[in-house]
Amino acid sequence: MTAIAVSTTINGDDVEYLCQPDETLLDVLRNRLGLMGTKEGCGTGDCGACSTIMDGRVVCSCLVLGAEAQGRSIETIEGMAQGAELHPLQRKFIEHAALQCGICTPGFLIAAKALLEEKPDPTEEEIRFWLAGNLCRCTGYDKIVRAVQDAAREMRGEAA
Amino acid sequence: MRYERPETITDATALLENAPDRAFVLAGGTDLLVRMQNDDFEAELVVDIKSIAGMTEISETQDAFVVGAGVPCAALSENAALVAAWPGVVEAANLIGSTQIQGRCTMAGNLCNASPAADSVPALVAAGAQVRIAGPSGLRTAAVEDVPQSPGKTSLKKGEFIEAIELAKPGPRSGDAYLRFIPRTEMDIAVVGVGVRLVLDDAGVVTSARIALGAVGPKVLLVKEAADAVIGTGLDDAALDALATACSDAATPIDDKRGTVEFRKEVAGVLARRAARIAYTRAGGSQ
Repeated sequence: MTAIAVSTTINGDDVEYLCQPDETLLDVLRNRLGLMGTKEGCGTGDCGACSTIMDGRVVCSCLVLGAEAQGRSIETIEGMAQGAELHPLQRKFIEHAALQCGICTPGFLIAAKALLEEKPDPTEEEIRFWLAGNLCRCTGYDKIVRAVQDAAREMRGEAA
Repeated sequence: MRYERPETITDATALLENAPDRAFVLAGGTDLLVRMQNDDFEAELVVDIKSIAGMTEISETQDAFVVGAGVPCAALSENAALVAAWPGVVEAANLIGSTQIQGRCTMAGNLCNASPAADSVPALVAAGAQVRIAGPSGLRTAAVEDVPQSPGKTSLKKGEFIEAIELAKPGPRSGDAYLRFIPRTEMDIAVVGVGVRLVLDDAGVVTSARIALGAVGPKVLLVKEAADAVIGTGLDDAALDALATACSDAATPIDDKRGTVEFRKEVAGVLARRAARIAYTRAGGSQ
């Protein structure tokens, strides 16, 4: 198989890579670019651990070919904190203990970030629907939902 | 495997026409990439159609909405005019998978994957939607119900692919709805799905109806007997009973752990009744 040359934008940086035609974006991120924050859970689009944002939409990177990223803009968990300063969602996940083993966490954070960008004041039901494609097998969902609600409040500038 | 990203329809159809047998069209990839994970599945050529102009856009002509084959289902609910015109179609498409799947999955892909349980398909059939099929000898149109043939099989010929789905702009006093039954509360595959589209006259009498069933046969069923049962009525209880009976009779489901034959036939009638009520209300009728 001939490798494909891809030019894309990842977390605001221009990135070029070579990938195989049948290689997923998830494999490119982890194995070629060293961006190991995006996790592989099921590899078939069911668990959301590999969630990334592509041109503003949250997608499972295991269901995107690396070649499809050509000319697109990709956001991964590595772009979420600004230097040493965590994103409010990241901080609230820690404060609310909304994680245990951590495998699902980057996916939840990316999906929640996309939600709050589209809907700064979601209802609990909207949060649960939006995150229904992210599976956690350790801690359950209540702490995650509370963390998202708390981060949303802070991001809207309301007192905690 | 070869990956190609043609920028014109002509290039895409030429690639597909001259391709080996194991050639696949890539739109959202939410079915194709899952299949590609299987060891016994091998694609020799994948043709990504999303770089072709218009493929990821919803456009409007004077008479119709044209939904490009690469439009993700999440984009449908962001189009206020489309939601107002065809709420049932948009609701059906938005039932497919999670937020992440919605960001990629397409109605054209849902149709071409040819699963009998595809949620958007009964709604599109009820809506009388047409598909624009690009092929080596040019463009042709077909009714949505003529595309799936059996599980995993479509009527598309070698070199052809769906370029867009056309939904006519509805006239006044028309409404559509889609309901499905799943064993879980969310994120599951339909055990029964029902799409209904009704047009009423000023007195609230049904003048036109299309009722389509999903997941209760090898392909989507357009049930003429069910439409006949409600045309000329004000959707009274007798008409709804006749509608439900017609849908239960038309269903030819499989028997599995997610639903027995008897259960699926019964539920086809129950959902048809409920969906018809919603469509009737949306069409401006009052019962």
